[in-house]
Amino acid sequence: MTGPILSVRDLRVHFPVHVRGGLFGRRVPLKAVDGVSFDLTPGETLGIVGESGCGKSTLGRAVLQLIEPTAGDVIWLGQGIAGLNARAMRPRRREMQIIFQDPLASLDPRMTVGQVVGEPLRTFNPGMPREELRGRVKDMLAKVGLSPQMINRYPHEFSGGQCQRIGVARAMVLHPKLIVCDEPVSALDVSIQGQIINLLMELQAEFGMSLIFISHNLAVVRHISHRIMVLYLGRVMEIADRDTLYRAPRHPYSKALISAVPIPDPDLERAKQRIVLAGDLPSPLAPPSGCVFRTRCPLAVERCAVETPELEDAGAGQQVACHRWRE
Amino acid sequence: MMMVHLTRDSDALAGLVEVKGRSLWQDALTRLLRNRAAVASMVVLGIIAAMAILAPWLSPHPYDEIYWDRIQMPPDFANAHWFGTDGNGRDLFVRTLYGARVSLMVGILATGVSLIIGVSYGATAGFFGGRIDNVMMRFVDIMYSLPFMFFVILLMVIFGRNIWLIFIALGAVEWLTMARIVRGQTLSVKRREFIEAAHAAGVGNFTIIFRHIIPNVLGPVIVYMTLTIPQVILTESFLSFLGLGVQEPLTSWGVLISEGARVMEGAAWMLIFPAGSLAVTLFCFNFVGDGLRDALDPKDR
Repeated sequence: MTGPILSVRDLRVHFPVHVRGGLFGRRVPLKAVDGVSFDLTPGETLGIVGESGCGKSTLGRAVLQLIEPTAGDVIWLGQGIAGLNARAMRPRRREMQIIFQDPLASLDPRMTVGQVVGEPLRTFNPGMPREELRGRVKDMLAKVGLSPQMINRYPHEFSGGQCQRIGVARAMVLHPKLIVCDEPVSALDVSIQGQIINLLMELQAEFGMSLIFISHNLAVVRHISHRIMVLYLGRVMEIADRDTLYRAPRHPYSKALISAVPIPDPDLERAKQRIVLAGDLPSPLAPPSGCVFRTRCPLAVERCAVETPELEDAGAGQQVACHRWRE
Repeated sequence: MMMVHLTRDSDALAGLVEVKGRSLWQDALTRLLRNRAAVASMVVLGIIAAMAILAPWLSPHPYDEIYWDRIQMPPDFANAHWFGTDGNGRDLFVRTLYGARVSLMVGILATGVSLIIGVSYGATAGFFGGRIDNVMMRFVDIMYSLPFMFFVILLMVIFGRNIWLIFIALGAVEWLTMARIVRGQTLSVKRREFIEAAHAAGVGNFTIIFRHIIPNVLGPVIVYMTLTIPQVILTESFLSFLGLGVQEPLTSWGVLISEGARVMEGAAWMLIFPAGSLAVTLFCFNFVGDGLRDALDPKDR
């Protein structure tokens, strides 16, 4: 096994939030991502799942240095890139790209498809002749399943699924080593979701890039990921290989999530026991002490309020952050 | 049989031809051209501008020639004084056209100056945000609070009367509002995902401003620009009316109106023609501005 292309160590992203109260109010750190660590090997897909507001997107952007991490390390090909300035970061941008949730909003409405997809090429190869640039853009369009004759069209002339293909083409045009997919299919309808997921998997088979796939859709994540990380209030609850996680989740939160996935068989679905979590996600401004999940956890005991559980190795590449996973 | 041929032909065509896209600008132009009032106004403005440019060839009289025998004459077609003559015996038609030259030039140049300064200033402030934005916009606030007439009179006293000074004075005031509009638009555009995509692609900050931000804030800017031109023309007329504008024998609509207003009981033509030209021009600019707003932002109708 080769070494990781990306290692994230104890990554924290805190946003200072102004809270009313007192004479001037005060600044409270909102801990969007609080001590996340993981490794990513070449060609691997890491799925990140969690409820909305649990820090999935912030984590993805912090890895790419689009949001500056407050603390922690992001090690890209053996070099720390956390906190690098824009100039030092630029050559690395060539190798790491992002695909966004809203397909239309992520394309400049005043640019043709050719300009949108060609922009990364133009940025990193300022001297590239126009014809060659257009040729490479057309090749990429064909690869993502769009007709190369569409090169002069504008984003508003395409459907949502086609726009997302353009987004994929823009991310892929430099053949990066890592693509962060930030809920790339959440805004699409189900049939198109499948097409985009399959497209990403085909491209991965051809170019061998790694993916960080962020989603709240567990079925989609299961289909595309090799490993899955479960996030809750900015903390890792569990990381495991896909099959291990779906077959034998150890963390009560993962169990609840996976029990909520509908099974496409009415009899099985009816017979299934669903774990329903009580209450809502606590405010990330005032997370619970100890284990952040304890306020909704069916297994919570006194110890959970006092002691923050560390990620523990549960064998077979599975890591769990819970005091009671053995039970 | 026929059908088969047709499909094959169109397939062959599709393989060769790159489909031409319709940009948002082209859509807007189509919508603008469908607006009758705006198109008619553009035609009228074009005619006025052409007449102003061609003024020396449209009338046999020079704009500064004094006819001692024809002082303050009503319109007289025999001597080709179509608008009559003024109190100094000069042909009013040709003077109105020369006035149009000055007024339109002031309008367009001062607006152009305000456009260039305002857009780059506002986009920079909005894009970088934070402290830079604060400092830049507080400077705009301070400039705003200076009384404009005082500012102009001060300039005139220091540098003497000069037509370029009017451009500078007007431009220096008009860019403030432009900067505010552009800043506001920039704040909303820079949060959109395609800007983040450009950051992720390693595009530099100033390239992002000029390639992504400015084209996307240009819609409201163009509308505001067409509404600024008449405002500037009016301000120039006002300055000239007060005697702070252009110098004799050169003239502008404001000067002509001010002279006409003094003698409007005896020689109404001296007021009616320049005032009418000004009113028509202002009307037209406003109609074009309205049409552009509808065309560029169809949601707001």
